[in-house]
Amino acid sequence: MPLVKHGRIATDIFVHVPDGAELPGDGAVVVSAARFLEDPEALLKRSGKLGVTWPNNRDVDDLVPYLERLAVIALVFPTFRDGRAYSQARLLRERHGYDGELRATGQVLRDQFVFMLRAGFDAFEVKKESDADAFAETVKRYSVFYQPTGDGRVTALNRRMQLRHSESAGP
Amino acid sequence: MTSPLEQKKIKITGPSVVTANRTWDGAVIYRTAQQSWSAELSDAAIIRTSDEARALLAESVADDVGAIGAYIAPVEVKDGGKIKPGNLREHIRSQGLTIDLSVPA
Amino acid sequence: MYAYDELDRTLINERVSEFRDQVKRRLSGELTEDEFKMLRLQNGVYLQLHAYMFRVAIPYGTLSSKQLRALAHVARRYDRGYGHFTTRQNIQFNWIKLAELPDALADLAEVGIHAMQTSGNNTRNVTSDQWAGVAPGEIEDPRIWSEILRQYTTLHPEFSFLPRKFKFAITASEHDRAAIKIHDIGLRLLKNADGETGFEVLVGGGLGRTPFIGKTIKPFVHGRDILSYVEAILRVYNQYGRRDNIYKARIKILVHELGIEKFAKEVEEEWQQLRASALTLDDSVIEEIRSRFTYPAYEKLPHMPDELKQAAHDPLFERWRKNSVFPHKVQGYSIVTLSLKPVGGPPGDATADQMDAIANLADRYSFGEIRVGHEQNLALPHVAKRDLPVLWKALDKIGVATPNVNLVTDIIACPGLDYCSLANARSIPIAQELTRRFSNHDTAGLIGRLHINISGCINACGHHHVGHIGILGVEKNGEEFYQITIGGRADENAQMGTLIGPAVPYAEVADVIEDIVEAYLALRDRPEELFVDTVKRLGVEPFRERVYATR
Repeated sequence: MPLVKHGRIATDIFVHVPDGAELPGDGAVVVSAARFLEDPEALLKRSGKLGVTWPNNRDVDDLVPYLERLAVIALVFPTFRDGRAYSQARLLRERHGYDGELRATGQVLRDQFVFMLRAGFDAFEVKKESDADAFAETVKRYSVFYQPTGDGRVTALNRRMQLRHSESAGP
Repeated sequence: MTSPLEQKKIKITGPSVVTANRTWDGAVIYRTAQQSWSAELSDAAIIRTSDEARALLAESVADDVGAIGAYIAPVEVKDGGKIKPGNLREHIRSQGLTIDLSVPA
Repeated sequence: MYAYDELDRTLINERVSEFRDQVKRRLSGELTEDEFKMLRLQNGVYLQLHAYMFRVAIPYGTLSSKQLRALAHVARRYDRGYGHFTTRQNIQFNWIKLAELPDALADLAEVGIHAMQTSGNNTRNVTSDQWAGVAPGEIEDPRIWSEILRQYTTLHPEFSFLPRKFKFAITASEHDRAAIKIHDIGLRLLKNADGETGFEVLVGGGLGRTPFIGKTIKPFVHGRDILSYVEAILRVYNQYGRRDNIYKARIKILVHELGIEKFAKEVEEEWQQLRASALTLDDSVIEEIRSRFTYPAYEKLPHMPDELKQAAHDPLFERWRKNSVFPHKVQGYSIVTLSLKPVGGPPGDATADQMDAIANLADRYSFGEIRVGHEQNLALPHVAKRDLPVLWKALDKIGVATPNVNLVTDIIACPGLDYCSLANARSIPIAQELTRRFSNHDTAGLIGRLHINISGCINACGHHHVGHIGILGVEKNGEEFYQITIGGRADENAQMGTLIGPAVPYAEVADVIEDIVEAYLALRDRPEELFVDTVKRLGVEPFRERVYATR
């Protein structure tokens, strides 16, 4: 399953370690929320970057105390039709100021890339190789956005206001 | 006429066919005995047991490109082998609307 | 009418390109149906019994004549020459081919029409009052806010995969023609003590298997806060709405299970964090949207023109005028309802020829504007009274001047088993038979306002729960049966109807309705007492007795 970062397929330095399995010495790992919360300090003390997979049916509040020390938060789309992770992503980015890697996992398909980017995801475990290849092209699909999110894109309303101002500013 | 979309178990109560809609244009189609689809009910393969139904349905569902929403529908088989739709829903799918659409003068 | 600018058009075109690519990948097999289905639903494409059905958005029920002609073109070029107007102010085409849909969408995009989010588990058409902007006594044109909401909810990245569909409706009049109480979010526009615009916000209304009347979650939300407040509601719903059972996934279930106080508290907590955000609408932004709504250059016209005085001698014209013509906020003008319920016809349908003719009449007599009502009729919202006689003749010629608006033959019906794969029973032939039984317009006039709503299944697209008489198709042993309810209302006094007794078979439905109407005529305390008020006064029992005495 290819990882896409910065618009292209990238090497994933993180290893998803299943519950119960030993953690590698100092490599970058992603563990489950349950494992993390058992002993967060111990995991965070490890040398090697730490990521947590957070289930989509759980408030992100319990993760908030650790945001600054996590390298990756992986959110889950059990099916692409289950949109809870979009809310979680926006809350992490916009409410809690998380600026580490925010990774989309689960059934991650081409036709949701734009939504995911706008919600704050910046890494994608893409289900299909062909979708991963098409990532850069796909995100160019839309140039107009009606509503503000934390992605910084100027909304249509604001662009109109800007146009108006520059018109009235005159030569 | 309970929507067959709600079929959970495969239960055959009489002669049945597998029917679906053609992906590219939505037309009603019936699964034949030759691993293909036909728009004519008369070409449909008749299944009479749950095992036959399961097999034909599985084969139909596997053709995800060509057909969508395959399910098992009842039919009546008349003397002489003519196949007729087995309920009002299938009658409508096979014959079309039951209403007169002409714009009143 | 809202004028789409380059940004709005660009978005629509980008959407068409995306869908074209998605259809291509579907037909090549790159996308499975499981992956594609939600994508096509989000472009209004259903699979029905015989074919795909294509639901096109008519935002808050407003169309230009150019747009109506484009709909006629789609009906001719890609369908079978007709379309069906729905209970959510949209239009549906029933015979569309998936492979041709991107072209149909491209043709519609040229006139600013799209099908974004007319289905799918996302927010749907923001509906309003078909008399918005012209109704006397309206506080403010609710379409401005419908447009603000339409833009905000279109391709919202956080809310495109909700637990289930989500419907908004807005009213700005005392009499609620938008049925806000049976919507997921209903907004009642009002002014506070300082004359500032805001909304009473209701949540959790809806019909279907578990009907609920919406509950007030906040009595006044300032206009500037409406988007942040709606975002709070949607976010709570997105996170906590049930996803384990599609019959329990609407927000009405969440509101019911939490209780309105707890739900309101959750929303308030979220909203307090969102209040000061970029979603706050400042006045210049609201004005910007308002300025893109153009209103006609009304003439100064007399209250009673000569043309009208003369035409009053024609009893057929008078009957139509008294039935289908409604007061306008500007003197000398009228709102004209075009009945799409001809005797013997399928309710809410219009042919491509009719659409073209109506578009031409709109150009001549209504400043190029048409409205779609949730009762599945059309309206011409800006007709000078002096033009009524000549307009009537033209409307009559194309078959949209049946003088039955709001009467017993002005039936609201879903497509039912003739079209719809969800249906248990047919609805259109029931409606057609009823129009034949009550085809005498004078009799229908004597009966008075009586709304019959027919749904072919419990999904209630015909809004049968809130019909004065509601008819629900069910299946019993492979046969079509119908449950009858009476006393429902969809307006500001919204309530569900009451079942009168066991379901009756297809062949008896029209007889039963005749019995109910006869009972009403015998029981009403005066001619002006509406059917629904007689039911309120006397209850269901006298009607039940009459209907089931011999059954």
